[in-house]
Amino acid sequence: MDNSVEAPQASPRSVESTATYGQSARHSWRAIKRNRWAYLFISPFFILFLVFGIFPPLYSLFLSFHQWDIMSPMKSVGFANYARVLSTSLFWKACLNNFIFILMASLPGLPLALFIAFLLDRFISRGRNLYLAGIFSPVVTSVVAVSLVFSVLFDKRGLVNAGLQAVGLEPIMWLLRPWPMKVTLAILLIWRWLGWNVVLYLAGLQSISAELYEAARVDGATTMQSFMRITLPLIRPTLLYTAILSGIGMLQLFAEPFLLTSGQGGAGLGGRGNSLLTMFMYLYNSAFRQFQFGYAAAVSYVMFVLILMLSMVNLKFFGRAADE
Amino acid sequence: MARSVTHYLRLHPGTVMVYVVLGIMTLVIVFPFYWLTISGTHSLSGLMGRFPPPLWFGGEFWVNLQAILNRVPFFRSYANSLFIAITSTITQLFFCSLAGYAFAKYDFPGRKQLFFMLLATMMLPAALSFVPWYIMMGKFGWINSFRALIIPGMAPAFGIFWLRQVIIQTVPDELLHAARIDGAGDFGIYARIVLPVILPGLGALGIMTFMNAWNDYIGPLIILSDVKKFTLPLMVANLSGWGGSTVHLQLLGAALATVPMLVVFFFASRQFISGMMAGALKG
Repeated sequence: MDNSVEAPQASPRSVESTATYGQSARHSWRAIKRNRWAYLFISPFFILFLVFGIFPPLYSLFLSFHQWDIMSPMKSVGFANYARVLSTSLFWKACLNNFIFILMASLPGLPLALFIAFLLDRFISRGRNLYLAGIFSPVVTSVVAVSLVFSVLFDKRGLVNAGLQAVGLEPIMWLLRPWPMKVTLAILLIWRWLGWNVVLYLAGLQSISAELYEAARVDGATTMQSFMRITLPLIRPTLLYTAILSGIGMLQLFAEPFLLTSGQGGAGLGGRGNSLLTMFMYLYNSAFRQFQFGYAAAVSYVMFVLILMLSMVNLKFFGRAADE
Repeated sequence: MARSVTHYLRLHPGTVMVYVVLGIMTLVIVFPFYWLTISGTHSLSGLMGRFPPPLWFGGEFWVNLQAILNRVPFFRSYANSLFIAITSTITQLFFCSLAGYAFAKYDFPGRKQLFFMLLATMMLPAALSFVPWYIMMGKFGWINSFRALIIPGMAPAFGIFWLRQVIIQTVPDELLHAARIDGAGDFGIYARIVLPVILPGLGALGIMTFMNAWNDYIGPLIILSDVKKFTLPLMVANLSGWGGSTVHLQLLGAALATVPMLVVFFFASRQFISGMMAGALKG
């Protein structure tokens, strides 16, 4: 664990300032004055945060209790928007899709990334950066380009089906049937974020001392055993971090499914049978297609609660390593 | 050294297999980029009317490029994307490194609380601000303006958090003390001592920031409506009906937007990845 996170940091004038810390008002005023540059340095964040960070969510909360199409005056409607969200089956369909994508993309994707990071850390010394550059490249590519390429590769007459036929398998209507559509999106998501997670895991793995592995090897432990007994427990903070981040990302999925299905009629509805409709797409449609801004705000708060709940589950599952 | 264990394993026969398996996997991962590069050089019938689809370059690059330029101001969107990405990157690196330095090396009253607040903001999902953000930009008169895409994100919490880690790990206190004794001011220390030391970390964050701005889709989608102001991703997505009769042009546009960045990334990747890992959470 990185103890520098909690360790008190010496200021350039630490001898004096630690002495004044937490004492009389006059002293802390002096401490504030002495550190005025520090406040100046952090002020851009807090100014921007007040305007663009705090205000929008509060305004969203206010909006969620109103009916508003931007043109006509606002009308207070109490909890009606929330009641409507919770009783709309299309929203729940979108919500279910989001959770299906967690099962289909995060659940296999994160362990795969950990496994690759483990292999890179333990077995690959020469040329490791070449592997990493390749694995990481999808992360730095535009989602538009990525979705476009996938929609052509997975076309019914695309290269993927050509490959399937070459080995004697039946072609699959990847982007025209509900479950194949979900599989295509899951492959895209795993592919796109694999490198990001590998780098995070690798950073965690490299801080595990080699002596631990060496000692385990001397004691006759197999690679599998040292992975289970040494690696896994020691990188739990990173596991938690990636699980939470991935959960938040999956519940706010937008651009990939939006773009993958935008060639099919009724763009933004997630293609046939709303197979790729996500909550964020539903939110986008409510606001920018139907101009129901109050209703859309309520959708965003329902999403917020769901994201919070998922993060809590992750927190519980991966233990108390969350202090970071 | 943490990785010297690989030294003992180098002769292990399994190691060779790991090299091969990961090598094949990496090739599969980069294959879509190869295919993106070649696909835009074919005519529509040469691309979609053929089964199996082509695996090598076609001869239609100039024809397709001309067709794109006849339809939309493609290079204008290139300039727009460059402008937004460069401006965002410079301002973000400046404000994030300033704040990261303050949180790492000053012991000011309220530091812990303010830093906790900063971390908490990273947990706020973007969905929550989605609707009001658009309304606010309307009130500010920033709809259809690059300001909406640059100013709100000038000091992101993640960048501050990350550079704080980098500064804690790479800038020794003695250096700062010595500079102060020599009479350097607060900003002078930041500019002349801290910045040079954290240059690799800044480089890594800079690449990430640049790529994020370059690739952003949702922001421009909501804010920009004038085709002259379109960024590259928006332009490619709007080149006309998706998957329809212009898919070869879209693929060429996407390749022109993506491949130069991938080449730059590839050459900077060693520094970038080690810089990324320096700021990452340690297990």
